Amino acid sequence: MEILVCVKRVPDSAENEIEMNAEGNDIERDDLVFSVNEWDNYAVEEAIQIVDNVGGTVTVVTVGDDESDEVLRREMAMGAAKGILLTDDAFEGSDCKGVATILKGCVAKGSYDLVLTGAQADEGAGAVGGMLAAMLDYPYASLVNKVEVGEGKLTVGREIEGGNQEMNEIEMPCVLSIQTGINEPRYVGIRGIRQVSGVEIPEFSAADLGVDAAAVGEAGAKVKKVDYFVPESGDGAEMLEGSDEEIIEKLIEILKANGGLA
Amino acid sequence: MAQVFAYLVHNDGALDDSAMELVVAAKAIGDDVTAVVTGSGIDAVADEAAKIFPKVIKIDDAALAYPNAEVVRKALVNVIPAGSVVLFANNTFAMDCAPGLSIKMDAAYVSDVVGLEADGATLKTVRQEFGGEVNTHVDVDAAGGAVVTLRPGTFAADESKSAGGSVEAAAAGDVAAKRTFIEIVEPEAGDVDITKADLLVSIGRGIEDEDNIEIAHELAEALGAGAEVSCSRPIVDAKWLEPSRQVGTSGCTVKPKVYLACGISGSFQHMGGIKGGLVVAINKNENAPIFQVANVGIVADILEFLPELTEAIGDL
Repeated sequence: MEILVCVKRVPDSAENEIEMNAEGNDIERDDLVFSVNEWDNYAVEEAIQIVDNVGGTVTVVTVGDDESDEVLRREMAMGAAKGILLTDDAFEGSDCKGVATILKGCVAKGSYDLVLTGAQADEGAGAVGGMLAAMLDYPYASLVNKVEVGEGKLTVGREIEGGNQEMNEIEMPCVLSIQTGINEPRYVGIRGIRQVSGVEIPEFSAADLGVDAAAVGEAGAKVKKVDYFVPESGDGAEMLEGSDEEIIEKLIEILKANGGLA
Repeated sequence: MAQVFAYLVHNDGALDDSAMELVVAAKAIGDDVTAVVTGSGIDAVADEAAKIFPKVIKIDDAALAYPNAEVVRKALVNVIPAGSVVLFANNTFAMDCAPGLSIKMDAAYVSDVVGLEADGATLKTVRQEFGGEVNTHVDVDAAGGAVVTLRPGTFAADESKSAGGSVEAAAAGDVAAKRTFIEIVEPEAGDVDITKADLLVSIGRGIEDEDNIEIAHELAEALGAGAEVSCSRPIVDAKWLEPSRQVGTSGCTVKPKVYLACGISGSFQHMGGIKGGLVVAINKNENAPIFQVANVGIVADILEFLPELTEAIGDL
């Protein structure tokens, strides 16, 4: 099976304290630590496991710039055989539809049975997979937490409300967005990354992909982020302050008063 | 603003409460507001929707008996005029259906908004990033239509049910799909039932390591018979606790007397699983979003604080 996994380089929310910049219109970006979008690691792991079972190739792709190279190599160190970087000045400022349009160009250049994305990335939109599928006229399932390979089709489980799982049969080629928890992504060490450091990663521009530059990037975006701001905190919590001892004493009183402690 | 449509979800013949919020959101951005319900044998649901919306379109078709996102999307494209604004409550169905719908309608798409108003043909929306630590203003060019998913709780619901609306039937059209619904698999029951607990010691990423989970169990034990350990999603993803202990929209809905959120950032998916009781948040990050929604907050490292609390309770 030929599988394409779409990944993204994002600020690592576990490694960064998100703060506003001096102008108060964006987050402070100078010292951000970046890594692979958490969901994408699950998607790559799932692709590798499928290929381990039924044969085939895993290719990882991202829309980005030179700095995205490390993200592709990390996923290649997990076991993806090929990496592709989609990069062009015209791609900058793309909204989700723009990104999906660029990825569509990449899918069309290959012959993939299955395209995977993470269920969401740093902006929480969860949109690119569903858009890409609709553009390709492929069937789509989101929030996938189980994949079983059949003859020309897959059986997929979707995570829906209340811990329930919605089982579907889906024809290939198709697009799936993968939810965290579907597997346990393998560990990647420095050594693994070193081993793929020499592998050539082809780069494709808008022209290479046959993508109309006016349909992507800022020019093509109908959805535009204006600025960042810190939300008003509402009433907020009553903060307990003092020494640890004093805080614990107050907390025990609160537990007693609310029936949490006999 | 163009015509505004709201897609309504229903379960087991009952209209989802989100309809009462969607009508407020729809009226906030346009005057011509219509609800759409799909399914098989849905007269009662459509009548219920007409108490909330001035106009209801009912698409009643055996192929829509289960809301398969691909089938519903095709029916909506067949029924809703191009250039319209289509609203969904943000849930797992909307995530499945709405992005593709925006492509097929050649409309702009914005998901999970927590603020929404119209300014000419522009939708001024607010979204959250980084788990709610920061918000963004996002402008959406809706001149060619827009598909918007709305985070529950963004608008105060209109519960009056006094719309006295009309119901009109529409044909689904060609809805042949390459995806077929099979069944719903319910979660396996775990060895504990956190939905019955009076007090939950709930842990998140702040627990840092599987070995540290013991300190949560020790605290729950010290707190007595009504206390259990629960957790947020990353703990289940890491397989440190079983799924039956997960609180949130994709896990259990709980209503303890006291909910101790320990090292939990407070995503809306997590908070959506807490339906009552006093929420006490303990987090070492003073900017953690959970301090905005908790009743009581403590800035502390749970790895040090929880054992101290356990010891103090033991000394009582």
